[in-house]
Amino acid sequence: MLKTLMRSTALAAALALAPAAALSVALPTPAAAQAQGGDIVVTYKDDIATLDPAIGYDWQNWSIIKSLFSRLMDYTPGTPDLVPSLAESFTVSPDGLTYTFKLRKGVKFTNGREVVPADVKYSIERAVDPKTQGPGAGFFGAIAGFDDFTAGKATGLAGIETPDADTVVFKLSRPDATFLHVLAINFSSIVPKEAVEAAAGDFGKKPVGSGTFVLKEWVIGQKLVFARNPDYFVKGVPHIDSFTIEIGQEPLVALLRLQKGEVDIAGDGIPPAKFLEMSKGPDAKEMIVDGQQLNTGYVTLNTHIKPLDNVKVRQALNMAINKDRIVRIVNGRATPANQPLPPLMPGYDTAYKGYAYDVAKAKELLKEAGYPDGFSTVLYSTNTDPQPRIAQAIQQDLAAVGVKAEIKALAQSNVIAAGGTEGEAPMIWSGGMAWIADFPDPSNFYGPILGCAGAVQGGWNWSWYCNEELQKRAVAADSMSDPAKSAERVEAWKKVFIDVMADAPWIPIFNERRVVAKSKRMGGEPNIYIDPTRVINYDAIFVKN
Amino acid sequence: MLALFARRAVQAALILLGVAAITFVLLYALPADPAVLLAGRNATPATVASIRHQLGLDLPLPVQFWNYLVNLLHGDLGRSFNQKTAVAPLILARLPATLTLMAAGIAIEVAIGLTLGVIAALRRDGVVDRLVMTLSFVGVSTPQFLVALLLLYIFAATLGWFPMSGYGTPAHLVLPAFTLGILGAGWYARVVRSAMIEVLGQDYVRTANAKGLSAPRVVLRHALPNALLPVIAMIGIDIGQFMSGTVVVEAVYGWPGIGQLAWQAIQQVDIPIIMGVTLVSAFAIVLGNLVADLAAPLIDPRIRAA
Amino acid sequence: MAALNTFRALARRPVLVAGLLVIATVAAAALFAPWLAPYAPDNQIYDGLSLEGAPLPPSHEFLLGTDTLGRDLLSRLIYGARTSLLIGLVANGTAVLIGLTVGVFAGYFGGLPGGLLMRFTDLMTAFPALLLAIVLAALLKPSLWIVAMVIAMVNWVQVARIAYTETRSLAERDFILAERAMGAGHLRILGRHILPHLVPTAIVWGTLGIATTVLLEATLSFLGIGVQPPEPSWGNIVFESQSYFQSAPWLVFFPGAAILATALSFNLVGDALRDLLDPTQRGRD
Repeated sequence: MLKTLMRSTALAAALALAPAAALSVALPTPAAAQAQGGDIVVTYKDDIATLDPAIGYDWQNWSIIKSLFSRLMDYTPGTPDLVPSLAESFTVSPDGLTYTFKLRKGVKFTNGREVVPADVKYSIERAVDPKTQGPGAGFFGAIAGFDDFTAGKATGLAGIETPDADTVVFKLSRPDATFLHVLAINFSSIVPKEAVEAAAGDFGKKPVGSGTFVLKEWVIGQKLVFARNPDYFVKGVPHIDSFTIEIGQEPLVALLRLQKGEVDIAGDGIPPAKFLEMSKGPDAKEMIVDGQQLNTGYVTLNTHIKPLDNVKVRQALNMAINKDRIVRIVNGRATPANQPLPPLMPGYDTAYKGYAYDVAKAKELLKEAGYPDGFSTVLYSTNTDPQPRIAQAIQQDLAAVGVKAEIKALAQSNVIAAGGTEGEAPMIWSGGMAWIADFPDPSNFYGPILGCAGAVQGGWNWSWYCNEELQKRAVAADSMSDPAKSAERVEAWKKVFIDVMADAPWIPIFNERRVVAKSKRMGGEPNIYIDPTRVINYDAIFVKN
Repeated sequence: MLALFARRAVQAALILLGVAAITFVLLYALPADPAVLLAGRNATPATVASIRHQLGLDLPLPVQFWNYLVNLLHGDLGRSFNQKTAVAPLILARLPATLTLMAAGIAIEVAIGLTLGVIAALRRDGVVDRLVMTLSFVGVSTPQFLVALLLLYIFAATLGWFPMSGYGTPAHLVLPAFTLGILGAGWYARVVRSAMIEVLGQDYVRTANAKGLSAPRVVLRHALPNALLPVIAMIGIDIGQFMSGTVVVEAVYGWPGIGQLAWQAIQQVDIPIIMGVTLVSAFAIVLGNLVADLAAPLIDPRIRAA
Repeated sequence: MAALNTFRALARRPVLVAGLLVIATVAAAALFAPWLAPYAPDNQIYDGLSLEGAPLPPSHEFLLGTDTLGRDLLSRLIYGARTSLLIGLVANGTAVLIGLTVGVFAGYFGGLPGGLLMRFTDLMTAFPALLLAIVLAALLKPSLWIVAMVIAMVNWVQVARIAYTETRSLAERDFILAERAMGAGHLRILGRHILPHLVPTAIVWGTLGIATTVLLEATLSFLGIGVQPPEPSWGNIVFESQSYFQSAPWLVFFPGAAILATALSFNLVGDALRDLLDPTQRGRD
């Protein structure tokens, strides 16, 4: 997903990378063993835009929505492992076209009403309904009747059936190996119809769900208070009694307050300067949480614009970038990348070496391509620190092989607009808009950003790259929905991405690590503060006794 | 006076209409398509088209503007693209914070400005006078963000006298208000000083002096009230300046005002919010200018003639 | 004799002399940047960053330290003077030109077109200036020239109002009414009698306005929508260094001081010019 708009400077800084060592996969200790209670304070710079699960799609509200609502499927905290949640059990038909879920009995929304199959149908139709204007509709494309519903020819999704009081059946129009993941993302959160209607268009400010927490108070522009849901269907979860989100807090200020003990989690992360200072401090071990996330920072090379339409030129540019130096600029909080997938993602090819940094060879290739003296081009970037700085580092490396790139640092929305306009943006540095996976599956890194469907006006495939043969292989891979074939499927995806690199539509730059600061009293492994599917996992964090 | 006021009110309304029109055209000429941003990466073209239609973005611009105006007359500022909620409550919820900050900033300006201005006038060409005159320029020459960062660093981060960020208690207000206030105070001092000097030179003050009235009495009773008029005019102008000048201060101190709201909205091309904040700010500026204009004839007879 | 008088006048105003010196220094830095700067302003020196990627403090090698990309701060400040002055001159020159044209036209001819022009000026006054600049800067893909034009669009209004008031009061004076009665053309009256009287205003605002412009450019760049990198401007140096405010304060302090000193000097000199050129305005705002 595009945890979308990394809006603030802070945000950008927060995403800087880290040394590869910190990848922790340890499971949190079992719930029962953990301390219960405690009220914690979390800070963010930007306002929380909305808590409507059909709409919220940025990295702040993503975590909160996860905890306010529940879904048929979920993940074991801190891992990419799918588990049934609101569903008690499920079966998949051999052809991969029918998914049948049994609902857990006695689960109640926080308004007191029991969750029934009709709520599931309503909630997913709501997420798909164009009237909702949500960004998640496309995920449900495999459900039968999707096209009719989005085109306004039907009033609902024909593929969702509710045969009895505890069963939901999904009929798909094509196999979709990622379908269980889709049912675990926020857009699949189950909401009560009466509460949505009572809110009269303001459900995002008055959310009602069946998750671990309830919204108690929202002072616009200042703070949001969430209290535990005492009736949550898993006993002993969550661990903390409440969390308060204070907004409008500069990351630097938030960290100073955190060091004083006024704040428990600085949600925007640690700006580079402060990171160096804090990581040398005596409490660094207890206060800095550092982990990999499902993210790759890359430069798109527009295959529809001369001379980037020449594969040799694109390969040459791949060899021209000194990624180690860029990693140094972000204080080592990243690892150089050589392929689209991040290392944590299934399908990442550890054997692949990519295009090594080699200025002489890059010049040679440019010469072969007919550009011995280089050429002039434009590099777009968002205008929040540190993105323009990283663009400048790339610019200097390109200059070394004779490519003069002019930088345009624009508001993120303008960069997105330029990327989606054919022939407009030769190169775009993705930082600040970087693709963070919606769910831990390699297909999530292909469709909209490297596949043919995204190479359209207003699309997100900013390289305008479309390789029909790879597209066919991608579709085939996504049809292997039989769990027994999952290894084969991952292998197929791995090859797709390596073959993408032969065409070099991107220059993968680095995989950022996320660095979060927490107060010393907060307990738990790094992977629940940098949860691959949630960012902060409010269900799992706890206050030490 | 009433006729003048009525004429001014009509003018103000026309100005606001003009501001609305220009802002509207500017915003809708932006290259970014809000519907694409809302629909997300996985959207089909049909979804994008549908959203564009629902937002009315597919209508001709004049029609869109007309619809906007009609809603505006009903007090409806539209719905935020991003937050999916009505804009008016969003702005109303944040307005008190900005107004508090402005009021405190202006109070500080006036307090410092009046004191220094009177002293400077009474000690004309003395050390204090020269210092005040020079410092007033330092004030208008200093970037706001620099002062904001400095005050934050010294008085909050290092000395810990005030909270670093946030809203709610008077202590939170001190640093942001001073950031706004101290830069402009020197300018008030200049204006008060020159008004005072003029008044002190006039016959009736001289007469009062000659009658043997005590100096403080003369200053407080006769000179100061006259010197206050230009201050009122300046406050009017300041309201306008602060309305858009709080963006930086609000950002640095995490002050939940409309400046912060505007800045976030600009980043996200949330046009209804940008429109709303611009209109509210313009309204405040027009109001401020009205105060300044109505006060102006009282100050300088030459302007009254013109 | 005249030189001596000037010298005496200056000697009585040490603040003005200081202001002129600062302006001269900034102008020299801008003009001779390639010879003065120890490094190229956009040269990201590999050893200009610590191993952890932190900027280096002032040292023998880098007199004012390095920035967050390992570039020499002093060199960037020197070249930044170019950007600031260039924008100051272009933006403010344009603003004064537009302001004078609008003000004189409206003031001299009056009537409906004049009234409309001044209403438009009122309208522009009602725009939240910074907000307008921010929206424009985000709308137009920023470059140095665009930033200058955005600032000019915001700043011309004040000049227009003053020019308008002055023209109005001039146009109604007896000698001009007399000339008109004698059949003198508009151009002649404007050129002979009106514009010369506005020269002091133009000079004063031409100077004072540069201070405003330098500050506005810095603010836009501070928000990340000003001059495009790697072109250095004092504002975008601060923008890139914000997060290092505590651990590398020199990165904020030096450009901040440069902005302050330059804006202050233009303000002081402008004010002194106002005193010298128009004694009736003395001591007034």
